[in-house]
This record gives sequence, C-alpha cells and structure tokens, in this order.
Amino acid sequence: MSEAILEIKDLWVIYKTDLETVAAVNGIDLRIGKGKTMGLVGETGAGKTTTALSILRLLPSNTGRILKGSIRFQGEDIMGMNEARIHAIRGDKIAMVFQDPMTSLNPVMTVGEQIAEAILLHNEGIKTAEVDRRVDDMLGMVGIQASRKGEYPHQFSGGMKQRVVIAMALACEPELLIADEPTTALDVTIQAQVLTMIKDLRDRLGTSMLMITHNLGIVAKICDDVAVMYAGEIVESGTVEDLFLGKRHHPYTDGLFGSIPSLTSRATRLTPIPGLMPDPSNLPKGCAFEERCAHRMEICLKQHPQKATEGTHSILCHLYGEKP
Amino acid sequence: MYRYVVKRVLFLIPTILGVVFIILLTMNFTPGDPARALLGESAPQADVDAMNHELGYDLPFTEKYVNYVKNMVVHQDFGVSYFTKQSVFDEVWPRYIVTIKLAFLGVFLAAALGIPLGIYAAVRQYSLWDTIPSLMAFLLAAVPAFVLGMVFLFYFSLKLNWLPSYGMDTWKNYVMPALAISIPPAAMNLRFTKSSMLESIRQDYVRTARAKGASERVVIWKHALKNALLPVITNIGLSLGSLIAGAVVAEKLFSIPGIGSLIVDRISYKDEPVIIAGTILIAICFTIVMLIVDLIYAWIDPRIRAKYARTKG
Amino acid sequence: METVAAVQFKKQSQTKEVWRRFRKSKGAVAGLLMLSVIVFLLVFADFIAPYAQATQQDLAIKLQGPSFGHILGTDAFGRDLFARIVHGGRTSLSIAVLATISSCILGSALGAIAGYFGGKVDSLIMRTLDIFMSIPDILFTMAVVFALGAGFINLLLALTLAYFTNYVRLVRSQVLNLAELDYVEAARAGGSGSTRIIITHILPNAMGVIIVNTTLNVAKIILYESTLSFLGLGMPPPAPEWGLLLADAREYMRVAPYLMFFPAMAIVLCATSVNLIGDGLRDALDPHLKS
Repeated sequence: MSEAILEIKDLWVIYKTDLETVAAVNGIDLRIGKGKTMGLVGETGAGKTTTALSILRLLPSNTGRILKGSIRFQGEDIMGMNEARIHAIRGDKIAMVFQDPMTSLNPVMTVGEQIAEAILLHNEGIKTAEVDRRVDDMLGMVGIQASRKGEYPHQFSGGMKQRVVIAMALACEPELLIADEPTTALDVTIQAQVLTMIKDLRDRLGTSMLMITHNLGIVAKICDDVAVMYAGEIVESGTVEDLFLGKRHHPYTDGLFGSIPSLTSRATRLTPIPGLMPDPSNLPKGCAFEERCAHRMEICLKQHPQKATEGTHSILCHLYGEKP
Repeated sequence: MYRYVVKRVLFLIPTILGVVFIILLTMNFTPGDPARALLGESAPQADVDAMNHELGYDLPFTEKYVNYVKNMVVHQDFGVSYFTKQSVFDEVWPRYIVTIKLAFLGVFLAAALGIPLGIYAAVRQYSLWDTIPSLMAFLLAAVPAFVLGMVFLFYFSLKLNWLPSYGMDTWKNYVMPALAISIPPAAMNLRFTKSSMLESIRQDYVRTARAKGASERVVIWKHALKNALLPVITNIGLSLGSLIAGAVVAEKLFSIPGIGSLIVDRISYKDEPVIIAGTILIAICFTIVMLIVDLIYAWIDPRIRAKYARTKG
Repeated sequence: METVAAVQFKKQSQTKEVWRRFRKSKGAVAGLLMLSVIVFLLVFADFIAPYAQATQQDLAIKLQGPSFGHILGTDAFGRDLFARIVHGGRTSLSIAVLATISSCILGSALGAIAGYFGGKVDSLIMRTLDIFMSIPDILFTMAVVFALGAGFINLLLALTLAYFTNYVRLVRSQVLNLAELDYVEAARAGGSGSTRIIITHILPNAMGVIIVNTTLNVAKIILYESTLSFLGLGMPPPAPEWGLLLADAREYMRVAPYLMFFPAMAIVLCATSVNLIGDGLRDALDPHLKS
C-alpha cells in the first residue's frame, strides 16, 4: 500500500445554528494514497463538501464545528496547526476547486491577477517577471490564451471560468488537489473537456486528488479509489475495481448504479432509490439507510452497522457484518 | 470606458432639459401672473395686460419653455425677481456657491464618517465596534436634520457658547451646519456599508481567496471591500436628495446665505422667477453629481465598463 | 398548477412563520409595542387631550414648564403642549401613512408595468423616472407646494410624487426576475391574461420587499413631512404639526427648551418604532439576510 498523503480518522462535524444542530459528518475514515485519486461519491447533502472544507479548515466559522477526529496531511496534524501554518498550506500544498465557477472568481479582479495572487502568496520575494511567466504557463496549461490574462471573469464562459479556477489551484503545484464537483455546473459537452484536462494535469504533475462527485461515470474515468458517502458516513469504500467489478455492495451503492440510465442494455426502467436522505438534524439510531433499503432487517432499525472489510473493500452494513 | 463617459455626459443635456420642463410645467399651475406681481395690486389692468404680452406670458407653454431655455443657456438670464426687481441671476449665483460648498462638505463628511465605521462594524461584528456605532446609527436615522441642528444650537451655542449661531465668517460657523447635514446620511451610510460588507464576506470568491491561503486581512481589504463598496457608492448617490433637504434646513436654522433659504423665503413672497431659477440650478448640480457617482461606480466595476463599451451609444 | 385554496393555505402558514420570526426579534417587538401605544394615544386623542386644549390660548399661563395640569407644559400662547403634540401626531401620522400608501400604489403599478411589458413602455417609464429623480425631493415638493398652495391634499400629492420613485425601480426588478420563472410561462401558456398574471403570480412574491420598503418609507415620510412643516411648507398654522411646533420653539429655546425637546422626542420615538418594525419585518421575511 502506498504511503498516505491524507489520513482522516473518525471525523465528526456539525453545523450549529440557533434553531438546530445538523450532523453533517458522522465518524468517517478516509485515506488518500500519495499520487492516487480518491473519489468521494454521494448525493447532495451527504457530507462530501463538509469533509472537503474540514480538510482545509474552511468551515464557516460561525456555524461549522469539528467535534472530534483527526486529519493528517503528510503526517502533520491539520487541526493542531497555527494560523500561519494553515495559511501556508492552503493553496500551496493543498488546493481546492469549488463547484460553481460563476461565483468562485472575484468579479473586480482580472483573471491574471487572481492566478498571480496564488503564486505571490506562497513565494515571497519572487520577481514580477517570474510571476508573469508562471501565470502565462498556467493559462497555457488549461488551454487559455495568455493574452487574456488582463480580462475579467465575466468575459469568460462557464467552462473557461472553471479552467481559470483550476489554473489558480494548480499554480503552486500542490501535493493534494480537492475538487468539489468541478464539472457539475458546466454543460455536458464542456464537462468532458474539463475532466480530461484535469486528468492530464494530474498525470503530468503527479498530484494526489480528492474528487468529489455524484457522477459514477467520472469516478470510473479518473479515480483509483472510491468512498461512497451517505448521511455523513462512508458506507462503502475500496478501489475502483472493488466498486465497479465487485460482487458485493452496500445496498445504497447498488441503488446508485441502478439509477444510471444505460445506452447499451435494453430498455428497462430506471430504478431510483425510493425515499429521501434522513434529516441530518434528526438522524436515526440504527442504520441511516434503513428506511430506503430493500434488504432491511430488524437489526438495522435498532443497531448501527459495523464496518465489514475484505482486503481493500469495506462495507458498512449488517448484511455483511454478521457471521451467519 | 471613454465611450461610456461621453455617452453619459451627452445624456446630461436631455436630462437637464427634461428637468427644466417639469419644473416649468409644475409652476405653470401657479395662480397669478408676472406683470401683476411686478406692477403691483393697484396698477391698471391695461398696463398689466400690456406687460404680460411683452413678457410673453400669454404664449403657449411650449414657446415659453423654449424661450426660457434660450435665455438661460445663451444669456444666463433667469428673468427679474418679483420681489427685489433685480436680476435673478445676480441674486442667486453667489448664494448658490455657498450652498454648493456646504453640500459638498456634507457629502464628504457623511462618507468619511459613515463608511469606515460601517466597514469596521462588519469586520468586528458583535463587538463593541459594532454594537455601539450600529445602535447610534439606528437612533440617528430617526432624527431629522433640523432637530439635530436645533439640539446642536441649544447645547453648543446657547449653553456652552463654543460655537457661533449665525454668520459665515470663520471655520467655526461651518461646524454645526456641516454636522447637522452630514450625520443623518452618515448613519445611513454606516448601516448600508455594514450590511454590504457582511454580504460581500459571505460570497464564494471570498472562500476561494481563503482557500488560496490569503490571510483574513487580505481577504477583507482586498477581496471583500472592493465589491462591498459598489452598492455603497450607488447609495451615496441616492442619499444626496436628503442631503440637499438637510442643507436647506441648515441654511434656515443657522442663517446661512445659501440658495435653499432663499427659495424658502421667497415662497411666501410668491417670487416665482427666483424659485424657478434656484430649483433649476440645484437640480443641475444634483444631476452632475449623480453622474460623477455613476462614473466612479463604472470605473471601479469592470462589468459595467464592458457593458457600455459594447453597446452603441 | 396551484389551486387557489393551496395558495391561500401556503400564505396562511407563511404568515404564521413570518410572525414567529418577527416575534423573536426583541427590537421589533419593542417597536410594535411603542407604536401601539402611540396609535392608542392618537386614536383616543379627543378623550385624553381634547382639541380645544391644543388650540385654546390662555396667555396667563404661557411658557410654563411641565406641571400637574399640563404634563408637558404650555407654549407661548398658553396652549397645552401635550395636547398639541398628540393632535399634531394625528396629522403627521395620517399624512405619512396615506402618502406612503399612495406612493406605493403609484410606484408599484408603474414598476410592474415597466417590468412586465418591457420594450418601449419600459424605456419611456424609466427615462421619465430618471428625470424625476434628477430633481431632489425637497425642491420638487417646494415647487408643488408653491404652485398649488399648502394644505392636506396638496401636501399628500407632493409627498406621493416625491416618494413613488422608490417603488418603481424595486418592483420593476422584482418583476423582471419573476417574469422569467417557469410558472409564469406556464400561466401564460394556460391562457391567463397579463393583468391576471401580474396580480396573482408576480405581486405576491414581490410583496415581501414591498412591505419592508413601505414600512421604512413611513418613517422617512414622517421625518420628511416634519422637515417640510418646519420650513413652512407643510400644513399651515395653527395646525399643531410637529415640525411647526419645533419652528415655534426656536424662538423660545433660551427660556423654554422643553418646547423643543418634547416634540423632538415625539418625532424620534415615532420614527424609531416604525424603523424597528421595518427592520424586524425585513429579518422575518428573509432570514437569509441574518448571518
């Protein structure tokens, strides 16, 4: 097993407002190998973005709280870092690309300035000419003419904006790139382009990646390992072969696969998963998926499932845990 | 950008013409006629009619309007005051300058007081820097300028005798009127700046900046502030109206020889030419200042610049 | 497609929800209480302090400070200040409310028309609006008052014309946002006429913003109207207008400062209570605005 670049152990995160407390992440373990790409899959509200934000300590300060758990980056404890250290890491060692390119860029700064800022923040004393050169390089890498660096975000299309965001993120050649649904907000045709570009860049720079998505197609294309998240927990994890080719799965994962329309198989109904994710401010005592599970048993209602592991493949379900 | 400026400046002309039109139209409904006002109650009707005809009073409104504009633009002639029988322009112009000075002082103070405090209140939300100024701003929003002025007069002039209560000679004369005029808009600027800053800090691009590793200071001052100031600038433009109202009141209270008090005084004397001229001049100044505010906004916000660069004039 | 019953049910529970959020804000509730007290005093003014007291002159007791018989004192003509303030409040508040309503209706209608029909109609309305907005409120008011004379109706007209511009822009942008939405398209496809669409679909959604602005405008008009009276452009004497009371008080600042302070406090309390309610409504209608 390769050395881990990021290790999350037993992470619990809540959002606390005057009205309620939302349990966003409920005890997850995550391990990203160096140079590997981990896909984090799940529906909206599963806790994926919260996990990502927690890694960089970017949770909204007035409501987000990490209750317990540890996050270690290259062995260093992220939670214990002081302000200066985490600022140094953000953008330089760990970079993040957010979902909506339309709002991620500052409307009153040119794209060149915004990319340059990433470089200047982490390279004290760097010469202006060098910064310019790097900005041009980054733009070239993402397929944007360097001459456009004096333009403003509103002058770019959605796909181009996202490329700028990626250029900004990779400007300092980070060790870990966290991409939170980077293509979801884009047109389908552009999605493929941007995804290919991310893949190429990753291969070229050797960056480790945490790819958050709800699209299994993307997982198949770009990820080495996968973790499936539901209601703040990782219900299944393993390599991408485990997930796509394995025989046994968490019922939720089965449901996800069953919800994908297929061009090849004969016309069958889509089988969406009935029901909705449980209310995160009021999670059930037993298994969070129980209500919607086709295989539910009495024990699922009462007791929280244990993780059952077989090699690289883990499933959090009573079906696999108990010895018959 | 250049095209935008030219376009807006050119647009001033129809705007000002429109303003003059509206004012003249409104005044058209005033009872009474100029000749009667100039010649007096006891003058014979024949003389009155003759003079009215000479003054062009019996012309249709559109002709009157055109004549007025012609006189105004070409000759700087705004007619003759019904009250003093002097040239309106000579009377009005020096007082106009006084009011302009006072109003600009007010705008400047309102921004200088309100905006920085508003920024700080947002950045240090829930601290004393927030609660005290915000509370004061809230209360002051309910105090009209003339009440503020009267209270100032009472304490600083009457009781403490620190500041003079009338005249225009020294800098001391300016203190109370400038404060009375600028404090209510400053309070509004504070509240608005604060909410705009808070809104700006919550935007996604601020999160992106943090993710890049920018310190909180850079995030606030470089990223959030510039975007937050945009609506604030627009707001200042909108608050000019009440600022002028404050100036008129301050002139009355502190016996300042400005154009606002002139207009108010002449209302009871039914001195139409002076009122019309004064109103038009202030409206023109107002329009120009609004234009400047818009231009500043366009200068800062590249989206507007681009929008107007692309559209044909 | 929503049935009328469904829309009404949604409105009822929405109202309850808004009221619940409103109640949470201490300031807003305080404002509501204050305003209720003020309104109570005004409505029952005739019993608490008959109008006669407000206008009856009695030079023998002129310029006396607060006392048992005259809780806020008397003015230069021996008239009871408390009575004058209360009756002045009636005029001030009723003008403010009426002017707000009429400017709201005029402005919203224009804004809705401009937004919904777009094109030439929109351009015409907005251009005219730009010209109106180029004239500072107070000048325009002075012009109207000068031309038409002082008095309740004229003042109302002047105030309406001064404040309707607030609403046009506001409602127009709401309409522009909402007219794009799919359910309006659906309504149009279903055959609803333009007016019907505006009234049943667009206005209810714009209502939140309109209500907040209207409330805050009431406060602004109270202040503005007292400024006008102070300058002599509002209701003519001997109406016990708050602005007029303050203008009168100016002369007697040295000997009877209470003549200035009590009406001033009345204005501030009134405006503050309305502002508190307006802010409370704003927070209650859009909790997103609170961090």
